[in-house]
Amino acid sequence: MKAKGTVHKYGDNVDTDVIIPARYLNSSDPIELAKNCMEDIDPEFVKRVKDGDIMVANKNFGCGSSREHAPIAIKASGISCVIAETFARIFYRNAINIGLPIIECPEAAREIEAGDEVEIDFDSGKITDVTKGTSYQGQAFPPFMQEIIKSEGLINYINSKN
Amino acid sequence: MGMTMTQKILAKHAGLESVTAGQLIEADLDLVLGNDVTSPVAIKELSKFKKKEVFDKDKIALVMDHFTPNKDIKSAEHCKCVRQYAGENSITNFFDVGAMGIEHALLPEKGLIVAGETCIGADSHTCTYGALGAFSTGVGSTDMAAGMVTGKAWFKVPSAIKFNIVGEKAPYISGKDVILHIIGMIGVDGALYRSMEFVGEGIKNLTMDDRFTIANMAIEAGAKNGIFPVDELTEEYMKEHSTKAYTKYEADADAEYDEEYTIDLSQLKPTVSFPHLPENTKTIDEVGDIKIDQVVIGSCTNGRISDMRIAAEIMKGRHAADGVRVIVIPGTQNVYLQMLEEGLTKIFIEAGAVVSTPTCGPCLGGHMGVMAAGERTVSTTNRNFVGRMGHVDSEVYLASPAVAAASAITGKISSPADIK
Repeated sequence: MKAKGTVHKYGDNVDTDVIIPARYLNSSDPIELAKNCMEDIDPEFVKRVKDGDIMVANKNFGCGSSREHAPIAIKASGISCVIAETFARIFYRNAINIGLPIIECPEAAREIEAGDEVEIDFDSGKITDVTKGTSYQGQAFPPFMQEIIKSEGLINYINSKN
Repeated sequence: MGMTMTQKILAKHAGLESVTAGQLIEADLDLVLGNDVTSPVAIKELSKFKKKEVFDKDKIALVMDHFTPNKDIKSAEHCKCVRQYAGENSITNFFDVGAMGIEHALLPEKGLIVAGETCIGADSHTCTYGALGAFSTGVGSTDMAAGMVTGKAWFKVPSAIKFNIVGEKAPYISGKDVILHIIGMIGVDGALYRSMEFVGEGIKNLTMDDRFTIANMAIEAGAKNGIFPVDELTEEYMKEHSTKAYTKYEADADAEYDEEYTIDLSQLKPTVSFPHLPENTKTIDEVGDIKIDQVVIGSCTNGRISDMRIAAEIMKGRHAADGVRVIVIPGTQNVYLQMLEEGLTKIFIEAGAVVSTPTCGPCLGGHMGVMAAGERTVSTTNRNFVGRMGHVDSEVYLASPAVAAASAITGKISSPADIK
């Protein structure tokens, strides 16, 4: 599994309220949620994002509310992977459970800049910044996590096992 | 090697003699919780399951508290979806308008969770029940759905930070000041992935309501859970509210902690978190002249009866400052009734406040007190992120009910000690 796209870059402590504000939580439709993704931190994001793009942020990404609507909105907006120094723990579980790939890699998260072209190999965990010509070693996705992502989430994965 | 309180509860529920930090385990669940925002997503996921029956209809709680009484058609559709699901599946603990309260104020009051149990909830403040000596943690809707069907969840066993609480509370100090002080000290990711264990001789000087507030905000330091040992006060509370059998766990003497801190309650000052992170704390003598437009007293953090009592004590016979809107929201119907019986509702209304039905409402910018651009609220809630309570250019200052009530009277962030 591989991902390649343009980077959208954010800082520390990006909370789930700015990823998808509560005023939109009266919907649980991924397409509806994606229309307002990142609205309170980056109103231009939805206009800029293209299918396959990559989100990069610093510490504690996805902190705050447990709303699964946050990784759902990011995934439905077209983002193929989120790289961060660290993730808040509920967001981490939610992202895996809905099949949004995420990688913790502090060095990559600090050095990669907005607009860079980045390629990720999920089998090896290798992150390549094509624009800068640099590469980083993130954690490889264990096979079961790749299976969850391929199955589009935990429930389908559990069903496929039974 | 010894185990922490959290590790002991997880080991027991995983059927293991012992566990160590970092170990992946599957644990049995005593309670699975969802609300009107997160349950519809879980119900949608449940429909994809081959096996659809819940593991135990008595061990699931569905609480309609976020956008209720419904603020618009879409949120009404969400509640309708959950109501229908609860009916079809004979879910025992479905709490609709009239019975519901704010979930984390309601469940302990209903005796649905006691010491030694495990609980996951699709709401980040599920960590509140650590006040009772339970392991409880927030998850998303998919984990909730899987838990409802299997009665189990996987966890990475957390390491822990120990907070040794000593001394007696200084005047006007409450659980809110304790936890805001701690978050200011360690930061919003200071306990990331870990447990916060609160121990020490000072615990006896914290009321149950103080402990609920402290455990409630463990998530604001990034923690997996916050937990207190069980003492006489906890046992008294559980006996009053529950018929369930409980188990007391204490950390082993040789349990390992990543870090240890001592918190002296007698040295704390009323503490306020400035926008836009709970870690941006200042003590009340450092806040300066911050004029406010609105005060919110309530939420799963501070909507309990002792919160209402201290706020009413400060507002009694006084009136909110000109131009300040004061919104008081009891956490549960029981708290609401108690307020009526004790005359607190009258005090608030005479002071120019509105008193609402229980709801999460303004805490997450849902309804009942959403802010316009440029406005400021002093709130007893738990988050002051950008746009949390309304417009991206509005500001939330987190504080205790005592500071919120004092600020309502003066129209700027104020110390309760200065209300003459």
